Amino acid sequence: MLVALAFALVVLASLAFHVANPWRATPIASNWGFIDDTMALTFWITSGGFVAVILFVAYCLYRFRHRPGQRAHYEPENKKVEAWLAIVTTIAVAILLAPGLKVWGQYISAPKDAMEVEAVGAQWSWSFRLPGADGKLGSTDVRFIDDVNSLGVNPADPNGRDDLIVADSELHLPVGKPVKVLLRSIDVLHDFYVPQIRAKMDLVPGIVTFLWFTPTLIGEYEILCAAFCGVGHPQMRGRLIVEAETDYAKWLAAQQTFEQSRKSDASQSKHVSNP
Amino acid sequence: MSEATVTARDAAPPAETPEMELFHARSWLTQYVFCQDAKVIAIQYSGTAVAIGLVALALSWVIRLQLAFPGAFAFINAEVYYQSVTMHGMIMVVYMLTAIFLGGFGNYLVPLMVGARDMVFPFINMLSYWVYLLATLVLAASYFVPGGPTGAGWTLYPPQSILSGTPGHDYGIIMMLASLILFIVGFTMGGLNYVVTVLQARTRGMTLMRMPLTVWGIFAAAVMALLAFPGLFVACVMLLLDRVLGTSFFMPNIVELGEHKNYSGGSPILFQHLFWFFGHPEVYIVALPAFGVVSDLISVHARKNIFGYRMMVWAIIAIGVLSMVVWGHHMYVSGMDPWFGFFFAVTTLAIAVPTALKVYNWVLTLWRADIHFTTPMLFALGFLVTFVNGGITGLYLGNVIVDVPLSATLFVVAHFHMVMGIAPVLVIFGAIYHWFPKITGRMMDEGLGRVHFWITFLGAYAIFFPMHYLGLLGVPRRFYEMGQTAFVPHSAELLNIFITVTALVVGFAQTIFFFNLFRSLKHGALSGGNPWRAASLEWQTPETPPGHGNWGKTLPVVYRWAYAYSVPGAPEDYLPQNAPPIAGEHSQ
Repeated sequence: MLVALAFALVVLASLAFHVANPWRATPIASNWGFIDDTMALTFWITSGGFVAVILFVAYCLYRFRHRPGQRAHYEPENKKVEAWLAIVTTIAVAILLAPGLKVWGQYISAPKDAMEVEAVGAQWSWSFRLPGADGKLGSTDVRFIDDVNSLGVNPADPNGRDDLIVADSELHLPVGKPVKVLLRSIDVLHDFYVPQIRAKMDLVPGIVTFLWFTPTLIGEYEILCAAFCGVGHPQMRGRLIVEAETDYAKWLAAQQTFEQSRKSDASQSKHVSNP
Repeated sequence: MSEATVTARDAAPPAETPEMELFHARSWLTQYVFCQDAKVIAIQYSGTAVAIGLVALALSWVIRLQLAFPGAFAFINAEVYYQSVTMHGMIMVVYMLTAIFLGGFGNYLVPLMVGARDMVFPFINMLSYWVYLLATLVLAASYFVPGGPTGAGWTLYPPQSILSGTPGHDYGIIMMLASLILFIVGFTMGGLNYVVTVLQARTRGMTLMRMPLTVWGIFAAAVMALLAFPGLFVACVMLLLDRVLGTSFFMPNIVELGEHKNYSGGSPILFQHLFWFFGHPEVYIVALPAFGVVSDLISVHARKNIFGYRMMVWAIIAIGVLSMVVWGHHMYVSGMDPWFGFFFAVTTLAIAVPTALKVYNWVLTLWRADIHFTTPMLFALGFLVTFVNGGITGLYLGNVIVDVPLSATLFVVAHFHMVMGIAPVLVIFGAIYHWFPKITGRMMDEGLGRVHFWITFLGAYAIFFPMHYLGLLGVPRRFYEMGQTAFVPHSAELLNIFITVTALVVGFAQTIFFFNLFRSLKHGALSGGNPWRAASLEWQTPETPPGHGNWGKTLPVVYRWAYAYSVPGAPEDYLPQNAPPIAGEHSQ
């Protein structure tokens, strides 16, 4: 009796908690509303299954609890029931899977007109690189990294000279424009994670990965690292600022190019070594 | 199905092997320490697994204290936190759950349940335990090397695991890898034993389709482990070479804190493939024995045959096969070729179908049953709730696009704790309460058992159910401290405090279990040979606890499956597997 009641209460308490708790996904700030929709669909289908199964258990516990003289019904199997359950479950799983795969297809194919931005992770900070006037990012290699070239931009590549180097962990993006973020790490695994954007992808040393999104909401968001990267992992923060096109243009104009940053850094370090 | 006659000893299919030669202990040392009897080895395995498991429990408190009260405890700094996270995870998954299900329950139950006198290779079986013990000691010893144990996370991902930003990168990681290599060597010896014993040493009449599902679960898990652990083995050997000899299996050209390293050409993602080629089957290596045990607990205590036995067997096999091809769902956002996402999402969600069918069959076993609310039954029911709850969140994480926002958040932590932490641990408790009378000849106390159950079940559910919502909010895992983070409200800290307090209560409540266990060894009520009136073979031994060789002079002959409960026309509500056929019985 009490056992049956307790199991029913676990289900009801879970539902009550779901309705009443204050911890919800952050307000979405990108085009990935489909992800939220697929998650909502998953919630309804799977929660329906959970509630149905456990309430059925609770009913059985009450209805078929042991009483003196009672004996269980003998029924080794029931092909019909088993077949129906298999079919219904397969359909439910297919309903979950189909939209999931469709949205994944979009997630992994960035639009052709997306602007490219590079995010670089290093223990434990973010840097960014944007294409300069030529609209192209120069090639890179870890070999080129030194005091004045922290991102390893190829000095011999003309495409790279006008690249804009953002070393203060703050990335600005114009609202409403699709952006493809190329991800590169120079040491260990990191992961570009902005909860409000919903997208996420690892940075893997040795290769370039990417994610894409269209920021839809002007505002300031935190960039976190979502792949454990050593003791400084929680402190690896950046800021993403989504702003109107004109504000973005102002910010862009204030950034140093690769060429400028090398010269100023070189003169600074000369200054330090020769006071 | 064939018609069985009353005189039909001949109707029972012959045994696979003739009588085996038994090892006989000549001294105290070979009887209790270097013993080749699977039952003693089982106790040794279980004792070691529980002991190291208690270390993991204590480590979980370190994690929880830091998350609820960041900075309040001077002894928990970032290094200690990540070392605790790493050791807690690795111990629980490998050294505790795998060891206790296969080395513990596998050793005790497989020979008894299939009607064998012992494992087929008793000496190898003994060696398996001692190598496992050595592996555990090496792991524990990593606390005493300079720099302490590795804090790389239980996944040990390079490059981070062997670079200076990670605690234990110098010696701790070497100890961890050496310990894992030893564990796999030891496990392989044990695993071969379980497989060969099930295939070759079943007694007369014990066909594969008459075996208890516990044996099926352990058998399938052992086969999977033999296929999956080599993946981890090679990953460990190569990572060890990268760390010690400076090779570049997993290490590309990198700059670490401004310094160019001498690595080039290796692939960090290759390590992840190897790790999860082991890591995902590992989930089912733990789950399948739990599935098997819980089937038997429900059937015995509901006095009803497990519903759809044949489908249960095929579901175990289907899950075993499918689980070898789903590992990529741990790597959806790892940077592997994104087209893999389609394949692994399909296989992952496909595995939900046989798993759901198993759940339905457990539940339908309760329909028109005669349910006794014994302590083992309560734990089996608790398993149902936590497993279904943890299983459905797997459908979120397996569906590739839904995984993207949830991956690396506390949603993942809550999911895998519910489904492969709490659920199997509840089964382990249920199994101990259930088989304790066979192992000792005494009952554990039912009243204490119930108190233990309700605190553990409700408490663990209250820990991990709300944690999902922190993950939905976006709180990442493996964060030593959240610090100032705009999207995390103050209320999340309150929830963290609630979770920590509950975890401490549930943890300390386990003393009730240990008190009950040790007290019952001496003072428990005498149980007799078959207190639950169960049908499977281990309850029909001539002596309780079973003697060396299990079966006295002659091996039992099996006439039916392990689930002959409440058979119409039978004098009692169970028919032991080795009881001669009754008039008019159709042998299953």
